[in-house]
Amino acid sequence: MEVLKIATAGSVDDGKSTLIGRLLYDTKSLTDDKLEAIEKTSRQKGYDYLDFSLATDGLVAEREQGITIDVAHIYFSTPKKSYIIADTPGHVEYTRNMVTGASTSQAAIILIDARKGVIEQTNRHFFINNLLRVKEVIVAINKMDLVDFSEERYNAIKSDFEQLMGKRDYVDQKITFVPISALKGDNVVSKSQNTPWYSGETILEHLEGLDLAAVSNVGTPRFPVQYVIRPKTEEFHDFRGFAGKVYGGELNAGDEVVVLPSMTQSRIKNIYFHDQEYRTAPRRSSVTITLEDEVNVSRGDMLVKVGDLPTVEKQLTATVSWMDSNSLVTGGKYVVQHGVNKVLAKVDAIEHKIHPDYSGIEENINALQMNDIAKVHLRLNKPIFYDRFKDHRTNGSFIILDGRTNNTAGVGFIN
Amino acid sequence: MRVTHLNQYKVNTVLEKIKEPEVAKLVDRPNANALEHEAIYIFREVAAQFEKPVLLFSGGKDSITLVRLAQKAFWPAKIPFPLMHIDTGHNFPETIEFRDKMVEELGVELIVRNVQDSIDQGKVIEETGKYASRNMLQTTTLLDAIEEFKFDACIGGARRDEEKARAKERIFSVRDDFGQWDEKNQRPELFDMLNGQIEIGQNVRVFPISNWTELDVWSYIEKEDIEIPSIYFAHKRKTFLRDGLIWSAEDDIVFRSEDEEVQERMVRFRTVGDMSCTAAVESHANTIQKVVSEIRDSKISERGARIDDKRSEAAMEKRKQEGYF
Repeated sequence: MEVLKIATAGSVDDGKSTLIGRLLYDTKSLTDDKLEAIEKTSRQKGYDYLDFSLATDGLVAEREQGITIDVAHIYFSTPKKSYIIADTPGHVEYTRNMVTGASTSQAAIILIDARKGVIEQTNRHFFINNLLRVKEVIVAINKMDLVDFSEERYNAIKSDFEQLMGKRDYVDQKITFVPISALKGDNVVSKSQNTPWYSGETILEHLEGLDLAAVSNVGTPRFPVQYVIRPKTEEFHDFRGFAGKVYGGELNAGDEVVVLPSMTQSRIKNIYFHDQEYRTAPRRSSVTITLEDEVNVSRGDMLVKVGDLPTVEKQLTATVSWMDSNSLVTGGKYVVQHGVNKVLAKVDAIEHKIHPDYSGIEENINALQMNDIAKVHLRLNKPIFYDRFKDHRTNGSFIILDGRTNNTAGVGFIN
Repeated sequence: MRVTHLNQYKVNTVLEKIKEPEVAKLVDRPNANALEHEAIYIFREVAAQFEKPVLLFSGGKDSITLVRLAQKAFWPAKIPFPLMHIDTGHNFPETIEFRDKMVEELGVELIVRNVQDSIDQGKVIEETGKYASRNMLQTTTLLDAIEEFKFDACIGGARRDEEKARAKERIFSVRDDFGQWDEKNQRPELFDMLNGQIEIGQNVRVFPISNWTELDVWSYIEKEDIEIPSIYFAHKRKTFLRDGLIWSAEDDIVFRSEDEEVQERMVRFRTVGDMSCTAAVESHANTIQKVVSEIRDSKISERGARIDDKRSEAAMEKRKQEGYF
């Protein structure tokens, strides 16, 4: 079964939780007991309709304030695909959650309230999904029932959004507009009778039609070594397997590879998945690789194909999204975790802060606060083996750990 | 669990025309179950990032699935950490029997810590009354065991689709010295990168099958031909009805008042927690194939038969803050 991960973005009251609830309800993914709980609570609160947001807002604080404050994961499936929705909050202060949700998603749904149209928040939602290079974006123009399913209103919002698209950095991002009413169910799963002027797909139809291979980020194969398997048993006396996940492309038995950082050359002898040997290790498979030669390989090293080397550098420039309440400061020391490889890092300079609503940059910055996005120069104590984020989503990103708190304090996209 | 032999391993892929003669014997590529590859990746991160991990084993289908995934992650080496069972003393006898057999076959180390000991030591007080359960008491026994062995990573079979509070759980979830979950202050998890850096005294709960649904687990058990305890399959059992749920009347563990009438029913269990809080469902699914199709058509969620979640809207969140699994 194919698994498609979707991030959602919308402002408070744009109806994001309701849309998710509607997707669950119309795909018959809500079980009777969950539905009963929703009906009961909706009745208690005196609502005229079912409050589907109750299906997703998980934490007590959220139920009290009626808002979503953290990333929640929701699951549903059709006979064709399994879906995982990362439900991320839309307020200004929660940029970090949106970045987190988008980092693992191949598609995103941006919600716009048809009465309000494109607002500053919409710019942010689009900016972040574009920065993260999410391949497919659905712009769901919601609450169409409250604007009498007006085609003019829909077109006006669409054209405002298209203005925004002119400013994007990642131009290959595919964008689809759908007029919906999450509350009433128009064009979410089934086609609406109220929008005869709209000939496009419903949200679910569009998701169902996405080709998973096409929406995945493909680059060149990179194999970061997670763990060295040495059974030390009679039967596997000399076995030295390098366990890891293949990113970007595939590796084959017999491939000539280079081990980084030692630059030693060898050839892939076997590819194992559990106790079975295979010819190919496809993209995103967790395999165990053995090499023809006795090479010294440990965690954090990387196998790449000969002639296909990444950049090996101790200095790098990255777009950093800061996520911690302790600010990032010029001259500050941190731990950079690039895949499974950890190095020490010093902030050489913050070149400029980037306003994530397309309103420009700000120079002369010495510190970043939570939810800031900036271009940052880092110096590392050891070289890492990276690609640019635009060429390789996995090998072009890293997280920044604060050594004092051990928190994941930020994420970087290598320029 | 059965030991998987080479010839028993199912491969669905077709042999392609192969260029290199030396690898001509090989099938093309492993299956494309993204969830399985993700779980294996997580297991390897645990082994690499922590000094003393442990796999929390309940004898339920989720933890049995974890054991299979761990085997796959480290083959041909053995699973590089022990299993630990927090025994409430109210487990289904079938589960315990199964556990001991499995551990023997795998040759892994099993640690058992008993809730009864925590009660005898006066650390917790047994609940009384109609809804008495040892489910909550497990937390104390678990936290004591973590401290006793100085475990820094506890691998569990919780899934995000089980319950609303679990939907917010991270894959690496940090617990403080008191075993507490600070749900408002969780580390963001980006791309595949897992941050297991902690202070001494803290530990991390790890959930490799976070993104699996109940159906994913059952389909996996079917595809991999994994042995599971017999109570998951339809069987005749003496039961009684309460609050619309079916309870086992075969042992004295579930409190039953005299007016609650015992009847024999054809039932199976969808989860195998503590007997005192795990209800059965009426079912005729006596094979794994039938169970999978029953789950596919099911109208009641898995935890719908768990009374511990029904105590209040926020029941799970509260238990998790206190250090529950």
